[in-house]
Amino acid sequence: MHGKGLRTLALLTALTLTAAYALVFFWTPNDADQGFVQKIFYLHVPMAIVALCGFVAGGIFGAMHLRTRDGRWDLRAYVAIHLSQILAVGVLVTGSIWAKGAWGHWWLWDEPMLVSFLIVFLLYATYQVLRFSIEDRERQARYASVFAVLAGAFVPINFAVVRMAESYVHPRTLGTTTGGMPGEMMLTFLIALAGMALLFVTLWKYEMASKNAVAEVRALRLRLLGDDDALPRRTAAPTL
Amino acid sequence: MPALPLDEAGKYVAAAFLVFLALLLIYVAIMAGRLSRLERELGELHEALDRRDAGHDPARDREHVA
Repeated sequence: MHGKGLRTLALLTALTLTAAYALVFFWTPNDADQGFVQKIFYLHVPMAIVALCGFVAGGIFGAMHLRTRDGRWDLRAYVAIHLSQILAVGVLVTGSIWAKGAWGHWWLWDEPMLVSFLIVFLLYATYQVLRFSIEDRERQARYASVFAVLAGAFVPINFAVVRMAESYVHPRTLGTTTGGMPGEMMLTFLIALAGMALLFVTLWKYEMASKNAVAEVRALRLRLLGDDDALPRRTAAPTL
Repeated sequence: MPALPLDEAGKYVAAAFLVFLALLLIYVAIMAGRLSRLERELGELHEALDRRDAGHDPARDREHVA
């Protein structure tokens, strides 16, 4: 019931990502400057864009929760932020590997793009802690939604400010200052971005279906057994 | 099919894609753990229903045990 359309979505995701990475390795030319190591771009940048969009989506879901007081919106925000955090870990690690290969350093503290992404990641690392620190479910959901809205608004502002800042080393992917990308590279990048976005939506639906199924089993257990174990323990995750 | 270049850059590209794969696999493993817990809970519910159909009230049984 909750996983409706999940199989089609999963197949579409697998097809798109496979096509994207096949194009990356067998069709797209090597970058003139960086050579083969630039292939990391097709993984790292879509992951970063989707992670940031996921954080913003979490903010929108949080706003919907504050507006409607419906716990399902809080769950949607929680799952979106949780998945974006996982992608953000991937962005930091793959970015660091790319930096080592291209620039000879694992990390550059004077590079605004890197540091700003780390700040966003650390900001969202407090989301789970905030949730866990509040025992009352209603307050937990409300405070978490306020956090999601504020942090979600911070993400695009932060991104815009960094793009306006003077670049030191990190390239501006979709900017025109460096002349943009050739057609093959742009097409491959867009397919990789679509694949990553589909992966995010698939995993989001999958986790939502899983959490809804757990909630239904707990409700049944409570109804059938009158079981105290059915009540969730103190947790950062929302319960329906 | 062109062979992948096995120079210095190849190691970094392989490492980045392996990180992505590892993250996906860890996520799937965690979700599989949750699914098996859910299956166990469903099994307990089925047993409770079977006992109820056989004439026992599972909720009352629990009270007796307590």
